[in-house]
Amino acid sequence: MKYINKNRIKKDPPIKSVKQEVRQTKTAGGNFVDKLIAYRDHQVHVLFSSLSRLIASPFTTVMTITVLAIAISLASGFYILVVNLQQLTGNLETSNQISIFLRDDVSDAHAKKLVDTFKANVNVQEVKLITREQALTEFKNYSGFGAAISVLETNPLPIVIQVLPKNTLDDKQELGKLMESFQQSPEVDFAQMDLQWVERLQSIVELARLFANLLNMLLGAAVLFIIGNTIRLELHTRREEVVIAKLVGATNSFIQRPFLYSGFWIGFISGVSAWFIVAIGMLILKHPVEKLSGLYESDFQLVFLSFGETFILICLSSALGVLGSWAVLVCQLRHTRLE
Amino acid sequence: MINFVNVSKRYPETGDVLRNVSFHLRRGEIAFLTGHSGAGKSTLLRLIAAMEKCGRGQILVDGQDLGQAKESQLPFIRRKMGFIYQDYKLLQDRTVFDNVALPLIIAGFGHHEITRRVRAALDKVGLAGKEKKYPFALSGGEQQRVGIARAVVNKPPIIIADEPTGNLDPDLSAEIMFLFGQFQQVGVTVLIASHDISLITQLNHRVLKLDHGQLISS
Repeated sequence: MKYINKNRIKKDPPIKSVKQEVRQTKTAGGNFVDKLIAYRDHQVHVLFSSLSRLIASPFTTVMTITVLAIAISLASGFYILVVNLQQLTGNLETSNQISIFLRDDVSDAHAKKLVDTFKANVNVQEVKLITREQALTEFKNYSGFGAAISVLETNPLPIVIQVLPKNTLDDKQELGKLMESFQQSPEVDFAQMDLQWVERLQSIVELARLFANLLNMLLGAAVLFIIGNTIRLELHTRREEVVIAKLVGATNSFIQRPFLYSGFWIGFISGVSAWFIVAIGMLILKHPVEKLSGLYESDFQLVFLSFGETFILICLSSALGVLGSWAVLVCQLRHTRLE
Repeated sequence: MINFVNVSKRYPETGDVLRNVSFHLRRGEIAFLTGHSGAGKSTLLRLIAAMEKCGRGQILVDGQDLGQAKESQLPFIRRKMGFIYQDYKLLQDRTVFDNVALPLIIAGFGHHEITRRVRAALDKVGLAGKEKKYPFALSGGEQQRVGIARAVVNKPPIIIADEPTGNLDPDLSAEIMFLFGQFQQVGVTVLIASHDISLITQLNHRVLKLDHGQLISS
């Protein structure tokens, strides 16, 4: 069936293709188990050759991993910060307690009378008086300013009456009314609901959490792009290898494999490095934070990443590595011309 | 084995590179593809390798229509062909063994089978014992033979060679042509692009001659 196109006028009908023959070459020799073993061996080989490739160019690898580890450790740092803040505010009792600060010219005896009138209120469950002297002793003991306070000639602290409203009084408006009624007494300088500042603090922490999440997402995107770009450069330097592999019949997944593993290793090692950076940071901060919390008479303990969280951190950074390289490979391999 | 039916290829920059090319290479047939430079030889080979799709017409490789094949099928079609290049296209950072083993690794062969086949292929091209060498430590002729070993190690039914003797002296060229003859003997279809006229006339094989994108003799 030789054709000389000059003499051809009529076109041949398209020749039917034989599809099943392609299938035959899909499976190479050997039985299924042999192929499975070969596949596993190949995966293991590619996994470790990707690692040795990274080690072979230590300068580039160290630079990339350092940048990534810093980004990941920042993200983990924000996370830990929020967890600790939440722990701190979570411990605060969200009671309905109202603190009433009396004017400076009110005497202790007068204050005691006032306590009695407050006790008479049907909405009040408990009333506690803190005299100037009590407040000063407490402040000297807990604030750490004991020496400074001693220098003062007069006691600057006011008398405080702590009122615990009845539990039936849940509504904020009613609580507000109660507080107003206290405030109307001429002896009272000002009254404040403890709940209010706890709520304020909690909403600040909530805001911090949102902010940290936002930053973490940005850092995650940065990690994704940095790994993607690293793999893109790697793909560029190994372009000839890719083309040759394609020419001898490599599928896209075969070509992608070593790069995906490289992405995995970069992500994994960066995750582990980030953990160490955070751990070192925590070791540095641990003592000062505990000292500070001791000064506040708190048993606050700095919370570090748990075993599960560490596992998630490393899995997440490895996954970002794989995802970043995969995205780049899909885009780039589609445009790789075989030349 | 390779069937071209009214194949045309046009590039936006250069216009028609192939025009209405039709020919059929049967199983076990050996042929030269010749023509001046720019006649479309390389384009024709690229079409067979499914590196590009033809504009019009139909190309069948071992009964499989390249135009109809899905992107995911192309690697499996390429495994039926062994490609040999003028510039060898060897991986310089891999040993001879690894270079030749590449198609087998891709096809998913086991370790023992790979070793056996690579040894056999290297033996066939006269490079036994050079498995551990790197391509840069070999002469041009030896590198070309590594390329040939890689092309045949998977025992493909088709071998496509692009100027395989372009960089070699006449003795080596004859040696390589002898190898191709041996592959043909066992039923392999061989297509060799070359403009080495003396070599072509010396060997009495079928000649496909391209001129400005048209097949003027087959």
